[in-house]
Amino acid sequence: MTRRKTWLYFIPYGLWLALFVIAPVALIIYQSFFDLGHHFTISNYSTYFQSATYLKMTLNSVWYAFLITLFTGLISYPTAYFLHQLKHRQFWLLLVILPTWINILLKAYAFIGIFSQAGLANQFLTFIGIGPQQILFTNASFIFVATYIQIPFMILPIFNALDDLNPAFVNASRDLGASNWQTFRRVIFPLTLPGVKAGVQAVFIPSLSLFMLTRLIGGNKVITLGTAIEEHFLTTMNWGMGSTIGVVLIIAMIIVMTLTGDQRPKGGTPR
Amino acid sequence: MKQKLAKVYLILVFIILYAPIIFLIVYSFSQGETMTNYHGFTWRHYQTLFSDSRMLAIVANTLLVALLSSLIATLIGTLGALSINRTTKRVTRESLLTLNNVLMVSPDVIIGASFLIFFTMLKIPLGFGSVLMSHIAFEIPIVVLMVLPRLREMSSSMLDAAQDLGATTRQLLSQVIIPFISPGIFAGFFMALTYSLDDFAVTFFVTGNGFSTLSVEIYSRARQGINLEINALSGVMFLFSLLLVGGYYWIQQASRKRKHRKREVAS
Repeated sequence: MTRRKTWLYFIPYGLWLALFVIAPVALIIYQSFFDLGHHFTISNYSTYFQSATYLKMTLNSVWYAFLITLFTGLISYPTAYFLHQLKHRQFWLLLVILPTWINILLKAYAFIGIFSQAGLANQFLTFIGIGPQQILFTNASFIFVATYIQIPFMILPIFNALDDLNPAFVNASRDLGASNWQTFRRVIFPLTLPGVKAGVQAVFIPSLSLFMLTRLIGGNKVITLGTAIEEHFLTTMNWGMGSTIGVVLIIAMIIVMTLTGDQRPKGGTPR
Repeated sequence: MKQKLAKVYLILVFIILYAPIIFLIVYSFSQGETMTNYHGFTWRHYQTLFSDSRMLAIVANTLLVALLSSLIATLIGTLGALSINRTTKRVTRESLLTLNNVLMVSPDVIIGASFLIFFTMLKIPLGFGSVLMSHIAFEIPIVVLMVLPRLREMSSSMLDAAQDLGATTRQLLSQVIIPFISPGIFAGFFMALTYSLDDFAVTFFVTGNGFSTLSVEIYSRARQGINLEINALSGVMFLFSLLLVGGYYWIQQASRKRKHRKREVAS
């Protein structure tokens, strides 16, 4: 192939990189330096870092994202592990992926029904004698639904990591007399850690920015960074401040990416 | 014993994963108006859904955006993967990949907000065009990520052989490379389709007033409370997803079988 021809193939992709990757990031940083009157200023940042409300909101958002990631991980790792031992595992994996093909809004909507005053969850609570509770519009319901939505995205990378794991290592460990638990702790888990890290990336960052769940399920009690950005952009039309929070979110994202190492997100398909 | 425990655990997880979906669909057949206490079977909500011309138009919009954007994204993404694969310098390749993954890891709100600024600055009207462009934009990286591994698996001796036998650039691409990476291209296309159908946040930012997709419509209806027409909609969409996933699985299996057969012939 001649060099020149290959460059022609690159043009559409290169245009995309310039227009939809580099330009938008640059624009959001640029916009964060403008106040409501379109003056160039750093007042958005000074407001943000001096306001207790903004800082508390940020911490809260990070805390919730952490909890969601933690619960998702705790549920997903054993699931991926057991799934991987099944006979028709590709088929079962497909069944894990299937719910992600259902529109996320529909899943949220289902929980509005399940968690409502006379809904399924309350019927169950009444049945076991606790009596109906306010479930919808609480922080717990927000975490539950967010975890529910994220589980498949955590299972997939862990499953792929287990798939990449050379069974010879496991056999060697057993032959050398390690117990099941030792094998898991010293061999399997460390070797599948890249999968866990990829999962954390896939779950934590979206959890910082889930905004429709805070509205539909959290009843506006939980304000995440995403909710704040949406509010500033679409309700109060203060794009400067919204962009500033956006920049904070980008920085948070970079921190998470660095902490979880150089893990490229593994695509969510069965091979 | 352990096996049993594992099975019970998996069954529980699957129940949790599927209960909300089944719940939605069951109530789409209920005669009541809310998602509490099943009131007996009816097709009424489906009739309402299929006579709701606004909803049908939105479904058509959503499918159009999904198919069109996935096709274009698959094309651009495959070309992108081809050029990334041809870079010889490690630094260039790494930085291209990093840039490629920016939209993969960026939160939806950031993508939505920055695209909104972008479109507003360029004075591009918000509506079908802006939604389509945004969808293409966030689908390209996943296509690249699906195609690249297949390209890497391709042995260079095969390409050399083709060239030695006198294949032109075009023949090399259409007769050797594309057939070999086609499973990756298909996977990329399906993933792009999923991303598009599942997207809410980005669309919500760049959709403007006149144009709506299913996610945005469901959001605004869900904020008003329970409406069993949405349940009927989820029933239809679930069936649709089943067909899509089934098709995807079938394609994967077929390509795997073909590979096996080839291997058998070779050995």
